[in-house]
Amino acid sequence: MKFLEDIDTRPLLLVPVLALLAWPLIGSGSTWLTLTVAGLAMGMIIFIMASGLTLVFGLMDVLNFGHGLFIALGAFVATSVLGAMGDWTGSGTWWHNMVAVLPAMLIAMAVAAAVGLAFERFIVRPVYGQHLKQILITMGGMIIGEELIKVIWGPQQIALPLPEAMRGAVLWGDAAIEKYRLLAVAVGLAVFVAQMWVLGRTKVGLLIRAGVQDREMVESLGYRIRRLFVGVFVAGSALAGLGGVMWGLYQQNVVPQMGAQVNVLIFIVIIIGGLGSTGGALIGALMVGLMANYTGFLAPKLALFSNIALMAGVLLWRPQGVYPVANR
Amino acid sequence: MSTNLLTLEGVHTHIGAYHILHGVDLVVPRGELTMLLGRNGAGKTTTLRTIMGLWSASQGRISLGAEDITALNTPAIAQKNIAYVPENMGIFSDLTVKENMLLAARSAKNAAQMDEARLQWIFKLFPAVEKFWNHPAGKLSGGQKQMLAVSRAMVEPRDLLIIDEPSKGLAPAIIQNMIDAFQQLKASGVTILLVEQNIHFAQQLGDTVAVMDNGRVVHAGRMQALAEDKALQQSLLGLAL
Amino acid sequence: MLIVTLLGLAFAPFLFPGVKALSVAAKVLIFVVLVAGFDLLLGYTGIVSFAHTMFFGIGAYGIAISSNTWGPTWGALATGFALSLVLTLLLSLAIGLFSLRVRAIFFAMITLAVAAAFQTLASQLSDFTGGEDGLSFKLPELLLPSTEFSEAPFLGVSLDGRLLCYYLLFVLALGLLLSLLRIVNSPFGRVLQAIRENEFRAEAIGYRVVVYRTLSSVLSALYACVAGAMLALWLRYNGPDTSLSFEIMMDVLLIVVIGGMGTIYGAAIGAVLFLLAQSYLQDLLRLASEAASAWPVLAALLSPDRWLLWLGLLFVLSVYYFPTGVVGRLRSRAALTSLSSQARSKDVA
Repeated sequence: MKFLEDIDTRPLLLVPVLALLAWPLIGSGSTWLTLTVAGLAMGMIIFIMASGLTLVFGLMDVLNFGHGLFIALGAFVATSVLGAMGDWTGSGTWWHNMVAVLPAMLIAMAVAAAVGLAFERFIVRPVYGQHLKQILITMGGMIIGEELIKVIWGPQQIALPLPEAMRGAVLWGDAAIEKYRLLAVAVGLAVFVAQMWVLGRTKVGLLIRAGVQDREMVESLGYRIRRLFVGVFVAGSALAGLGGVMWGLYQQNVVPQMGAQVNVLIFIVIIIGGLGSTGGALIGALMVGLMANYTGFLAPKLALFSNIALMAGVLLWRPQGVYPVANR
Repeated sequence: MSTNLLTLEGVHTHIGAYHILHGVDLVVPRGELTMLLGRNGAGKTTTLRTIMGLWSASQGRISLGAEDITALNTPAIAQKNIAYVPENMGIFSDLTVKENMLLAARSAKNAAQMDEARLQWIFKLFPAVEKFWNHPAGKLSGGQKQMLAVSRAMVEPRDLLIIDEPSKGLAPAIIQNMIDAFQQLKASGVTILLVEQNIHFAQQLGDTVAVMDNGRVVHAGRMQALAEDKALQQSLLGLAL
Repeated sequence: MLIVTLLGLAFAPFLFPGVKALSVAAKVLIFVVLVAGFDLLLGYTGIVSFAHTMFFGIGAYGIAISSNTWGPTWGALATGFALSLVLTLLLSLAIGLFSLRVRAIFFAMITLAVAAAFQTLASQLSDFTGGEDGLSFKLPELLLPSTEFSEAPFLGVSLDGRLLCYYLLFVLALGLLLSLLRIVNSPFGRVLQAIRENEFRAEAIGYRVVVYRTLSSVLSALYACVAGAMLALWLRYNGPDTSLSFEIMMDVLLIVVIGGMGTIYGAAIGAVLFLLAQSYLQDLLRLASEAASAWPVLAALLSPDRWLLWLGLLFVLSVYYFPTGVVGRLRSRAALTSLSSQARSKDVA
């Protein structure tokens, strides 16, 4: 892969700098640690949700304002699956819980992927190249989807409690670090590493990276990039579904509007990261997660605004995001 | 097997409201290097792009051998064993030189599967490609990028090479490398369609020549004949070969 | 069709008796202004901004807060209105200028984020804005429903403050719509369209795209602000969901698409069609749902609470099949008929 000197390292410093800046403001070291882990966990979950969207945009120039739908779908599917596996989630042992959680994740991803396939075929494909229509239609698609969720699961919020063994916290000195958050960080890292591996070490990944830069040339080299796009879209939807499951467990409840709610956060993340950049999405997501938790503690009323301020700040520094994708 | 690998008959191309190609008739004989010459704006690049399906011909027929490829999409056309090097080289600057080459080698799943012998051949002609193998292609100089672009077209055997101004802006020393490369390619039996503005380049390499002006081919024939006829050169291109 | 709409709205209180009908008519007036302003930005300048409802909210809150804080006098309302206009001006200027630093796609997403944040802010600053519950307030005496101008009803409608309020809105809406038509048919409007078609060329000819875009952005926001004020006057209540919700933005988008982008008339016709559908669709669905009660799934799909589902479907379909909207369709039909009549007259001659 690349030589270290070629990687633009300055943006990598953003996350630690933000974390360090918050320390004096928060005061106590243990609170800072709790908040930071919470922020990283939240950021990782957001990354899982956002990574698919940024690739879809980068590769095919498609603005999917309906991405939140797959997140909501994943979360709701999880409520059904976990609800049905009450004895497994009620058990106090880790691996018993995983027997319930893992299938929940996989089924959620499968459902989201299937819906993603239909979404691409019927909603996105007809409006190729027309940004305005894409915005309108994908929003319309999300609304339809949201309403269908209400039809299937009902319009009210549904609780999604954490399985027994995942509750509670680990104590590190004075800091209480929730077990689930550590799991989230682990899963997020795994997804990130898997993505980087596919992008960097496989030919498919190579095609995606090249396609993000210059779609025409990739076609001129004889590759049917259309099919690749459908694949990326479906994978992105599946990841959103996974993110939905984790987000639902993080909040411990799900509402049909959650897709729309998270949409805004995800857009902020991919704008900060640069449309089309996985690494950028990770940085953006971690920053948003940290920011949300720090301001949640320091000045709760400013939470959403703080993320917008963050986005504005990054854009003033780099108008195309942290890692803009070259030649468009 | 017909003697012409690529034939264009009465091809018109519209881009939006602009009518660029006004009935292009072009034949590219098999195994030869056909030069496509003409002033800026004559429609040379548009012709190449239309052949590759990047722009659609609004009228006319494009045939590869006996097959009509006019309505095919770009990947399908490229898969007919055609390599295309566009005017802007089409280098993926965020990818390494190796990755650029790997992309062009359709049948290779990873770097190890690329044809070693061909790679050595390319390295001998264009040492810079070997030198910067693991570096991002964006770090290469303009000339080196052009060499990489041509190398990509060579990494696997192809029937037809379509190349748009490979020597643009190159220093004279490097141009000689290019000429060597094309001569070796010709010797290997590949058919080449080359757009050029560099007269020296054209004269050295061209077997057949076609001259375009205002979206039409206004002269077609042997390069030899054109090279000897100064008056014809003057009228077609405004300068002597 | 336009004339029918105009007359219908002008005489609505008399033609369609009943509280609900009048409410719908008033809403139509408000939305006409709101959507027409949006069309200036979207249809004529080609900019997508989700911050439109934010300015709607500012206008509404301007009236609500001033009436609450300083009492329901004309002076208070005027001050509140003026302040909300100033705030709108400043914010839209900032947003408009910011849009130049970033690409259009970014801009759309950013305005979405800003609008969402504003909505959250409005519900959080409860001391000021009444929080989630919003603010109920009084109007100056003249506009109150309890104020009667004459004892006997006129043509079956009582002449009270409410009626006056309605006609105030009507005059405002008409005036604003006409002014907007004037703007888009002026040289300014034509430059906007030129910029939308080909920004580069417009700049090359010598028009400072920056200035025009920002101006359009500010104007559109100001219209939204006034529409918000109108809303507050009519409802005598405002809350985050009333004027800032995303649903309203979707409604605006729907109307502009169905009515026809880039045709101010489209806003008017679209608003009528949409609001009629919205108000009466739920009743329709209720009927259908009851009829289908034997099949629970179908009944659930047809439930009146799910009207947004059908609206969403309609929306998606109209983006595909109705890209020029109702007005576009009517215009092309009119063009075809005039062409064919021209052809016929040529034959005769």
